[in-house]
Amino acid sequence: MAPPLLDVSGLRVGYDVYGGTLRVLNGVNFYLEEGEKVGLVGETGCGKTTTAKAVLRILPEPPARIMGGEVTFRKASVLDMSAKEVREMHAHGVAMIFQDPTAALNPVFTIGDQLMTAIRYSSLEQKLTRKEIRERALRALGEVALPDPARILDNYPIQLSGGMRQRICIAMALAANSQLMIADEPTTSLDVTIQDQVLRLLGKLVLEKDTSTILITHSLGIVREWTARVYVMYAGTMAETAPTAELFREPLHPYTQGLMKAVPKLTGEGIAEGIEGRIPNYLDPPRGCRFHPRCPHRMDICSQELPPYFEAGPRRQVACFLYRDGN
Amino acid sequence: MDNQARTKDILLSAADLKKHFRTRAGTVRAADGVSFEIRENETLGLVGESGSGKSTVAYTIVGMYRPTGGSLLFRGQDIGRESARRPRQLKKEIQIVFQDPGSSLNPRQSIRQILDLPLRVHGALDRRGREEQTVRLLEMVELPRDFLYKAPRSIGGGERQMVAIARALATNPSFVVLDEPTSALDVSVQAKIINLLISLQKELNLTYLFITHDLSLMRNMATRVAIMYLGKICEIAPTVEFFRNPLHPYTRMLLSSIPVVSDEEQELKPKKIVSQGEIPSPVDIPPGCSFHQRCPHRMEICARVDPIVVRNRQDHEVRCHLYTQDMQDTQDANPGRRTMHE
Amino acid sequence: MTPRRIGTSAGMARLLDRTRRAWYRFRKNSLSVAGAVIVLLVVCLAVFAPLLAPYPSHAGTFVDFDASSQGPSLRHLFGTDAFGRDILSRVFFGFRLSLIMGVVVISLTAPVGVTLGLIAGYLKGSWVETLIMRITDIFVAVPPLVLALAVCSILTPSVFNAMMAVSLMWWPWYCRMVYGIASSIRNEFYVQAAEITGASRFHIIFKEMLPNCFGPILTKVSLDMGWVILIGSALSFVGLGAQPPTPDLGTMVADGGKYLPDQWWIAIFPAIAIMFVVFGFNLLGDGIRDMLETESL
Repeated sequence: MAPPLLDVSGLRVGYDVYGGTLRVLNGVNFYLEEGEKVGLVGETGCGKTTTAKAVLRILPEPPARIMGGEVTFRKASVLDMSAKEVREMHAHGVAMIFQDPTAALNPVFTIGDQLMTAIRYSSLEQKLTRKEIRERALRALGEVALPDPARILDNYPIQLSGGMRQRICIAMALAANSQLMIADEPTTSLDVTIQDQVLRLLGKLVLEKDTSTILITHSLGIVREWTARVYVMYAGTMAETAPTAELFREPLHPYTQGLMKAVPKLTGEGIAEGIEGRIPNYLDPPRGCRFHPRCPHRMDICSQELPPYFEAGPRRQVACFLYRDGN
Repeated sequence: MDNQARTKDILLSAADLKKHFRTRAGTVRAADGVSFEIRENETLGLVGESGSGKSTVAYTIVGMYRPTGGSLLFRGQDIGRESARRPRQLKKEIQIVFQDPGSSLNPRQSIRQILDLPLRVHGALDRRGREEQTVRLLEMVELPRDFLYKAPRSIGGGERQMVAIARALATNPSFVVLDEPTSALDVSVQAKIINLLISLQKELNLTYLFITHDLSLMRNMATRVAIMYLGKICEIAPTVEFFRNPLHPYTRMLLSSIPVVSDEEQELKPKKIVSQGEIPSPVDIPPGCSFHQRCPHRMEICARVDPIVVRNRQDHEVRCHLYTQDMQDTQDANPGRRTMHE
Repeated sequence: MTPRRIGTSAGMARLLDRTRRAWYRFRKNSLSVAGAVIVLLVVCLAVFAPLLAPYPSHAGTFVDFDASSQGPSLRHLFGTDAFGRDILSRVFFGFRLSLIMGVVVISLTAPVGVTLGLIAGYLKGSWVETLIMRITDIFVAVPPLVLALAVCSILTPSVFNAMMAVSLMWWPWYCRMVYGIASSIRNEFYVQAAEITGASRFHIIFKEMLPNCFGPILTKVSLDMGWVILIGSALSFVGLGAQPPTPDLGTMVADGGKYLPDQWWIAIFPAIAIMFVVFGFNLLGDGIRDMLETESL
């Protein structure tokens, strides 16, 4: 069995602020094999973006601090990399698409400037000429189905719609032909019909180029349609992981179950109560399982020990004491 | 249920409501002939994507904009004026909850000050009375008392939105506009707020105009649904009928694009219609039917003539050439064409 | 628990917490703390000048030609001037005058400028806004010092007239700054919400919009103290401000200029004093601005 492309194990990250340390990530475990499309789903504040940034080594340290754990990418330890190696990883290894395409594009440079810069830096050793870089840029824009690429190269971001901007960000991310792409809420700021277009496009390109993808989102519906395997995250820990179809067929962790119930359904069966309580205060998180104060099935042990991953099937794990002893 | 609804009074009605903005790039026809009626205790759901004009309609109703044309009546009275020109009594009756609680609550005020303002403007209570009333308002939205002295910054998005709801209810209104109140929130928080809104509606006899882009939410919340596209209403119908038989191609495109979480929901969605092209900017609205460039069923007439609205027996209105023909060719037995009368 | 008790204990606790957090951010930057220390020192020297100065009577009409023009010594740390007056003591009293000038000018100009800026921002697009901003533009177009000089030379030179002159050309800057903020928050949803509810214009301008301007205003006030002191000293330097024997730092520098470079202490110490206090206010102002900018963390 080939080792996974990306392997995160026991990652712990904190932020030093007034009043102490926010213990945001509390032992995050996940892995990604080559060519896989994995979803990372969780609500605001659960630490998904922090995880992505930690993997890419773009956390602002200080006030952030990596307190423990290992991140292995292409068999190298990311946390031990030098600045030069990190840059190298960014140029060829990992690409990222951010949530807000307007913020990700520099408003005072043309699309052409930005796209061609991205291409140049990801292919420095090939020593391409300006003409070659421009051709690659045009091709990249064509791949993301943007009409009239030549004109777009000369446009400024403000002249384009949100959907087009996000597609350009995707083009920039894919221009480097990275092995791994992390897409952090790539469609949250887009309209629903455009969202569908963009996700469809992303899916197609990822398939063509055989790029491994981590799709970070808070939308369960998107994860169901576009990923093969899912991790559900809560308050800095992994609650559950399963192949997508399995997760939706039968969610195991009480948090996942609560989330599924809270989503309004097209069938019109009314809206469930949601999950009572609030996300924990990271300055003083609950002992043991971080979800236990809100869990309808909590037991004594839940407030004492942190639940480890229990096996619940092929590629299925749940961090919940309800499933101890293979229930 | 339908007959019961019909006998209730019409609280708010819009007839051919227009709001245009003049900009350097041209005239933006944000709302361009919008007509609907909302009866007491109803929830009209208004769905649309960016540029549809749904927020423009909402803001015109509460008086942030003055209509460019058409009429807007509240309990029969013409209210087509900016809020500065509206009688105080009217300002009490119509309230709004904005989408982004971060910017709808003054970051430099405490919750107590935020809730105190409407009480001061519209009530006759003294200071002690107002303080007690603010506590009661917090209780109504299930927030603890000690929130009174917090600043919006130190509470979560969901809680801020509940404060915004409490503020809207402070004047005892009869009509509340909810502009995407949960779009910026997580699904578990959303559930709590929606349930709160539903129970408050029953308890306080409220009427809602609920704006969202989330059709699944609409399915569970609205009594009637209206879809807007580029300033016009494409389709409007009672909820169950709307989802059972979506007529307009844009509606079908929307419905087929929404992500769902279960197989049963997947079955309910219309066949996948891939959206082609971009949403045109409201400055640059194409002639004829505003949707024709993206429509998979476009006909020759669609590029020339704006369709009229037709209505069927199930109180289902649609604006599309596919259906206007039905009214004319009642004897035409063309099997390929969809009909409204299913 | 009656509502009133909520008001005092919870409200006070919140205020205390906010202050502690603000201090935490502020003290992270040692330069800001240095600025605060300098300002505090100058304020103490100014307020307690009669007690702290070794020769308080030297601040008035005092003459002792036997002790004149003596260099820095243990008896006179900053030396004495041509009249035999202790320069150190005069510098303390000079701080007094400078601070008074700063406080008076800012107390006059800030409220006027801020109010006009708020009104202009709120009524953006109306003739009121145009009127206010065009008048502001006229004042801003003239270089500040030139305007002050012109006004002062028409009136009889005195501290009071100098303060009036500086105030006259100071208010437009507050107006402009607040106008910028006010016109941008004018259309924020919380302002719209207040209007929809039917709040009065007074409430919206002063209770909704003004609190959102406090931060930049506070920063500007702190930096302005330094500027006003500097400009006031410049006016006195050319003889249009304080008149002898009033111990004004600018006047002292002017008087001492004649004795350079031999009796250098007569001009140099007051000059350093001006630099010291302006520097202090600048550091403090920068620190306040940094603290306010990082408020989200």
